[in-house]
Amino acid sequence: MPDNTNTTLADLDPGDRAAVIRIGAELEEGERRRLLELGLFPGTVVEAVLDSPLGDPTAYRVRDITVALRREQAQWIEVRHVS
Amino acid sequence: MSADTQPARLPDDRAQGVDAACEACRLCQGPQLWGIDLDEHDYLVALAGSPNVGKSTVFNALTGMRQHTGNWPGKTVARAEGSYIHDESRYRLVDLPGIYTLITPQAEEIIAHDSLVYGRADVTVLVLDASQLERNMSLALQVLEVTSSVVICLNLIDEANRHGVQIDAAELEQFLGVPVIPTAARYGRGLDELRAAVHAVATGARETKPYRYTESRPELDALLDRVTARIESDYPGVPAARWLGLRLLDGNPPLVEAVRQGDLRELQSPDGEGAPKVIRLDGADNGQRGSQLVAWIADQAAAVPDFYIDVVGLLHERASELTAAVSRRERKLDPGATIDRLLTSRWFGFPLMLLMLAVVFWLTIAGANVPSAMLATLLIDSFHPALKGFGATIGLPAWLNGLLFDGVYLSTAWVISVMLPPMAIFFPLFTLLEDLGYLARVAFNLDALFQRVGAHGKQAMSMSMGFGCNAAGVIATRIIDSPRERLIAIITNNFALCNGRWPTQILIASIFIGALAPPALAGIVAASAVVGVALLGIFLTFVTSYVLSTTVLKGEASTFSLELPPYRKPRLLATLYTSLIDRTIFVLWRAIVFAAPAGAAIWLSANVMIGGASIAAHLISMLDPIGVLIGLNGVILLAYVLAIPANEVVIPTVLMLTVLAGGAVGAGAGTGVIFELDSETAIADLLIGTGGWTLLTAINLMLFSLLHNPCSTTIYTIYKETGSAKWTAVATLLPTFLGLATTLLVAQVWYLLT
Ligand SMILES: Nc1nc2c(ncn2[C@@H]2O[C@H](COP(=O)(O)OP(=O)(O)O)[C@@H](O)[C@H]2O)c(=O)[nH]1
Ligand SMILES: [Mg+2]
Repeated sequence: MPDNTNTTLADLDPGDRAAVIRIGAELEEGERRRLLELGLFPGTVVEAVLDSPLGDPTAYRVRDITVALRREQAQWIEVRHVS
Repeated sequence: MSADTQPARLPDDRAQGVDAACEACRLCQGPQLWGIDLDEHDYLVALAGSPNVGKSTVFNALTGMRQHTGNWPGKTVARAEGSYIHDESRYRLVDLPGIYTLITPQAEEIIAHDSLVYGRADVTVLVLDASQLERNMSLALQVLEVTSSVVICLNLIDEANRHGVQIDAAELEQFLGVPVIPTAARYGRGLDELRAAVHAVATGARETKPYRYTESRPELDALLDRVTARIESDYPGVPAARWLGLRLLDGNPPLVEAVRQGDLRELQSPDGEGAPKVIRLDGADNGQRGSQLVAWIADQAAAVPDFYIDVVGLLHERASELTAAVSRRERKLDPGATIDRLLTSRWFGFPLMLLMLAVVFWLTIAGANVPSAMLATLLIDSFHPALKGFGATIGLPAWLNGLLFDGVYLSTAWVISVMLPPMAIFFPLFTLLEDLGYLARVAFNLDALFQRVGAHGKQAMSMSMGFGCNAAGVIATRIIDSPRERLIAIITNNFALCNGRWPTQILIASIFIGALAPPALAGIVAASAVVGVALLGIFLTFVTSYVLSTTVLKGEASTFSLELPPYRKPRLLATLYTSLIDRTIFVLWRAIVFAAPAGAAIWLSANVMIGGASIAAHLISMLDPIGVLIGLNGVILLAYVLAIPANEVVIPTVLMLTVLAGGAVGAGAGTGVIFELDSETAIADLLIGTGGWTLLTAINLMLFSLLHNPCSTTIYTIYKETGSAKWTAVATLLPTFLGLATTLLVAQVWYLLT
């Protein structure tokens, strides 16, 4: 489990915006790359837009696309709230 | 490296690329059928872009062909080719599968990657989605690294405008150094300009000066220049040396291995068809030069600890700046966001999904009744006697007349009249939902459940497709990237109760289960029983997925990322046309191919006599004890064996065999002639009176109809898609064993209780 003191993508509620700080090294290399390729770079501002009916996955707005990620990935992406 | 030092063209490279393209493509019989000689062309144009940006729409608009289009990433899996003429030059156009990145292409992107990087088309038309320009810009910047003859087709400009985004195409063109043509391909806007721009670039009338993003950071540029120079001196004439260098610096494992081996073979083409394209680097020294090069590049790369982050980070940075510079955005309320909140809400998400499913089924079943009856009247009531009469007139021996018209023809006619109408309704409806973007939301809603059983949310999509036809459902699993999760989706697809099995369910439920209720409620009770069976199928999909993913298909769940595409207005007529051609006719054709021999087998089994009884009679008495053990009977089991090719003929075969075995007088149309009776009462009389059916027989038949081997069309499709006899066997035997076990259990409990 990720350190509780940090906010991760998985902690965002719909409507929250946050900037990516880093993509955890816990993620396997291929997975990291996929997320980077989606545009989840340090500095990118992400907005949580939709929770699915059962709570997981959550859809995020990254640049100009809406993409759903499962909690098991989102929890490794450290973010900082922005308004 | 500057823009003009393009790697030299390999002399035979272009031809090679096209051959492989042709082999890998199942769709290019089209233009050949129309007598167009594709080999005669002046310029080769590759159509590339991310999934779902309108490549196929552009392709169709330019060539006048009708490739399947749809609002779901990953539609175009095989390549399509076509041609058109502009200004007396002949163009051959290749519609490549979608691709997001050239840096780390996934398996399904390899064809597009190789065609773009090594294929060397005369012109590459890169289709971008103007409504998602930033993300598309990343791909554009990569493509400009590998080729200079590019025309950018800024498609979906209408969508961008609708969302309040204005893009300055002229400024973008200025910056990128290649023509940028705004289009709305779906409405035919901008295509003349596109053709003209392609022509100008192809003929050299328009010179391009592509922007190279890797040159915008001096250290990176210097490093790439050094590596490129070395590669070019080692392998003079190698295509896209700079890009090769970039990917080698990144350490892409298949590519590094390929260079070590001395050829640029990366991976098989993903559908396993067509020989892998190989570019020999050096044959003479057994890859020694390659190994040295790889070692040297690894040294260079050591100086840049996170090369990938650098390169991709720079890419995103540039794409982002550039997009911001050329677009003006006014805040507009997005109705899609509101719709999304409703369709995925905790309270309404699932009910709305069920409602949608119910409406689709209701339309399919209710709408198919009349045309099915009309087809049956035409093909079975009129043509069949006419054909038999004709056979007799021209003096066919009775056995041949029977075999051909009572056997082969009748089965095929049966399959067509039962199968065509519901498919012709279900598939277009399904395609409309797909086009609209709703199916991606279904996958999003259901992913939590699929995640719990170790499967992928997109399995929701192939499962829903399976309700139409399992063969089509198996093909639909192509949108699932990870092989493990895709295999789970393929093996469990048969648990989605397909159109071919609905009529059996409905008939048996009305006769046996509806009859248990007071007449006013009979319809509802029967319908609930059928829905119950379908829900049991969904339940078993989850259970089986879970069992598979914890045993034989164990493994880490792959990264899940599911894009929710923006809603788009579907095109009614185009949808109708393509879903008819692509899905309905395709599936129907395969079914007919299998139904014809089944018809022959059914007829022969009833007419070939051994020791005074027909083969069918022998088989029925052999199978009867097993049948009774599992609450069915020999007739039903034999019907299922004979009707493996097409589930649609199970009921007619059961009726025919019941008459045959029970010797009922006056029913049916002759030995071995499958038939249906006009009224449910007549069928009930025959099954209960002559066949000795009970409520148990009915319940178990409904269960067995859900749980038995897939039809042969589906088995064949599974084999084609997996390329593995082992997994095909698993997908075939698993539901069969499950069916036998379930019916056995139900029957034994039943016998205990009664
Ligand atoms: N509004 C609009 N829709 C388009 C346009 N071009 C394509 N589409 C739609 O976008 C969807 C995806 O198109 P398709 O050609 O299948 O994309 P491909 O995956 O790139 O081949 C389809 O529903 C098309 O009807 C356009 O210019 N404007
Ligand atoms: Mg396409």
